[in-house]
Amino acid sequence: MSNTSVYAPSAKQEAIESRTIACIVDNEPGVLARVVGLFSARGYNIESLTVAETDEAKHRSRITIVTDGTPSILEQIVLQLARLVPVRRVGVVTGHPQALEREMALFKVVAEGEKRVEAARLADIFRAKVVDVSNTSFIFELTGTREKIDAFRELMKPLGLTDISRTGVLSINRGPEEGIGDRRRTGD
Amino acid sequence: MADASSALKEAEKQTTETETPEIMTGAEVVLRALVDQGVDTIFGYPGGAVLPIYDAIHQQDKIRHLLMRHEQGAGHAAEGYARSTGKPGVVLVTSGPGATNAVTAIADAMLDSIPLVVLTGQVPRALIGSDAFQECDTVGITRACCKHNYLVDDPDKLAHIIHEAFYVATNGRPGPVVIDIPKDVQFAAAKYEKPGPTAEHRTYHPKVDASPEAVADAIRMMASASKPVFYTGGGVINSGPEAVRLLRELVRATGFPITSTLMGLGSYPASDRQWLGMLGMHGSYEANNAMHDCDLMICVGARFDDRVTGRLDAFSPNSRKIHIDIDPSSINKNVKVDLALIGDCAHVLEDMVEAWNGLGDADARPDLSGWYGEIDKWRAVKSFSYEKSDDAIKPQYAIERLYQLTKDRETYITTEVGQHQMWAAQHFHFEEPNRWMTSGGLGTMGYGLPAAFGVQAAHPGALVIDIAGEASVQMTMQEMSAAVQHRMPIKIFILNNEYMGMVRQWQQLLHGGRYSHSYSDALPDFVKMAEAFGCLGLRAEKPDELDDKIRAMIDYDGPVLFDCRVTKEENCFPMIPSGKAHNEMILPGAIRGDEINDDGKVLV
Repeated sequence: MSNTSVYAPSAKQEAIESRTIACIVDNEPGVLARVVGLFSARGYNIESLTVAETDEAKHRSRITIVTDGTPSILEQIVLQLARLVPVRRVGVVTGHPQALEREMALFKVVAEGEKRVEAARLADIFRAKVVDVSNTSFIFELTGTREKIDAFRELMKPLGLTDISRTGVLSINRGPEEGIGDRRRTGD
Repeated sequence: MADASSALKEAEKQTTETETPEIMTGAEVVLRALVDQGVDTIFGYPGGAVLPIYDAIHQQDKIRHLLMRHEQGAGHAAEGYARSTGKPGVVLVTSGPGATNAVTAIADAMLDSIPLVVLTGQVPRALIGSDAFQECDTVGITRACCKHNYLVDDPDKLAHIIHEAFYVATNGRPGPVVIDIPKDVQFAAAKYEKPGPTAEHRTYHPKVDASPEAVADAIRMMASASKPVFYTGGGVINSGPEAVRLLRELVRATGFPITSTLMGLGSYPASDRQWLGMLGMHGSYEANNAMHDCDLMICVGARFDDRVTGRLDAFSPNSRKIHIDIDPSSINKNVKVDLALIGDCAHVLEDMVEAWNGLGDADARPDLSGWYGEIDKWRAVKSFSYEKSDDAIKPQYAIERLYQLTKDRETYITTEVGQHQMWAAQHFHFEEPNRWMTSGGLGTMGYGLPAAFGVQAAHPGALVIDIAGEASVQMTMQEMSAAVQHRMPIKIFILNNEYMGMVRQWQQLLHGGRYSHSYSDALPDFVKMAEAFGCLGLRAEKPDELDDKIRAMIDYDGPVLFDCRVTKEENCFPMIPSGKAHNEMILPGAIRGDEINDDGKVLV
């Protein structure tokens, strides 16, 4: 340890990073409001939020949040989430070697002629599923990383993309072990 | 082991008892649960949505209910009770305006980590969401300013929720917990459940012991420091008498100097030679310079608040920092530290005392003579000094006399917020913890009078003084009536300078002396007002009458309102101007007007 200030780089100079955070919470009334309220009260950003009960017998839900901030703010977000009484565990998904992230999206593309053919061809390349079809439109269902969904959206835009609905990011750890990402940041 | 086996027995007892649960009304469950939690006093105000609970209160004699005059007063009284005893304070208010009036006190308890259990009435479950009379979304409104809250949707869960609320309020970093109870739940038949072993809580298990490696690292850093300082806060007092005892033992064993935050005053005796006084915006010159120049800072139960750190990027630039805190989110929040010890102060300090005393003869120990030499030079500045006057009462002099005339008694001090609060912190000296109740984090004017009521309720024979300002005291003045009704002989000592003094001081420093709306115009005659309430009113205008009047205040067996007329435009010094560092304090003397630059002006 050096004998100089650890405060040298000020928070303003830190770069903004995106991060996916997963929490396991008791599914009791108001728990989502507590999590969302924490973000708005402390000025943190939510890029996407996914929540559903994952263990009906034990009434537990998994909340997956994509947020951004400087490394020190991201550390605070994890610690503040861990402080909420109904929150059981908080894990940082981003950067964890075992973490798997997926998102699903539905795309409505209205097109005819060449554009319609091209949309179907690109959907095939992306392994998107056609879940609805009419003479003038497709609805594609696509799962993958956020980057893959973004890339497909960009390709569909000039081909008649009219509507898009995304689930937000889901995450789980690879391999036989149970886990929700890197817990070292929660301070315990 | 004894604890574990008794917990087991308790659990077994509970299992057998839950087989034949007692059935009673929800209102009776509330009273029974409070009794089983060891509650003897609650502070409250009745209303439509809590009538069943008030009816149950009427039919028992185990719990004393103290009727206040406003729900905010009930909240602050419970805070005063909690801070002076270490036990959770309990508040009972009705729905709608009852709950919203209590919000200020709940937020105050949140920021100062004071354990409260606040019971609010709610409209019947069937009416929730219909904009019924006196309905408000209490759990929604209080969510952002309490540690946790509950809406009781099932009478059978009521007892469990109350027990859990006490556990959450008092474990980990303490704080207020709100329980919103619909009126029909209070009438309904409900199963009673006794308090279970605390380890059974589903999710909330704060870590109380730091790792042995971290403790060993801390001791190594302390043994090799040459300019160390302890910086302690309200967490030590919240942790309890054992933490205070261990802090004193560690500080004396190491010989290191110690300073405390506003909230930490009393955890280390102010008469000791290692004591540097309070630090921060209006802290002592020696405390702030020691913080700035130290090479090792040991923060115990404090949170690097902006009132303490001053300008962050110039905060203690050459030190390594150790932070002991039970709340992991306090670590690295404002100031990055080199070593974090997450745990309860008492547990961590016990390990540190043991490790320090275990250092061998061959181990290095700091030579502090040079460091105390520097500190003595800062002490010689006498930064709390002020210009004395023979014909007008200086506010600092009034506090000094109050201290001299009360220090040999069992005295508890509460304050409002502003200049008088800082002068009290500077000139009243505390030897023991839990004797100093002030609103530090939220800075709530009007805190002190009802808080004094709560302190007096817990300590009937003690001398309880609210050091007040004439502006703050008008915010909760109605509680004088509660003090008369319940025979609480609290002493309200008003430093009356006819200004919201701290606002005026900032307007002088930052806004060219344009005293916009900071003059306390049309003040009541406090002596006559005291008499109207049925209290004793006293007034002192000259220094030579002060001592006799203070003695008369102490000797009077009942509430006293003391109108102490002090010099009007006195400033509170020393001061770290906003946006400046610890070593850029303004000392007593004239203000030049350029102390705060434009960056500082936007800060609070």
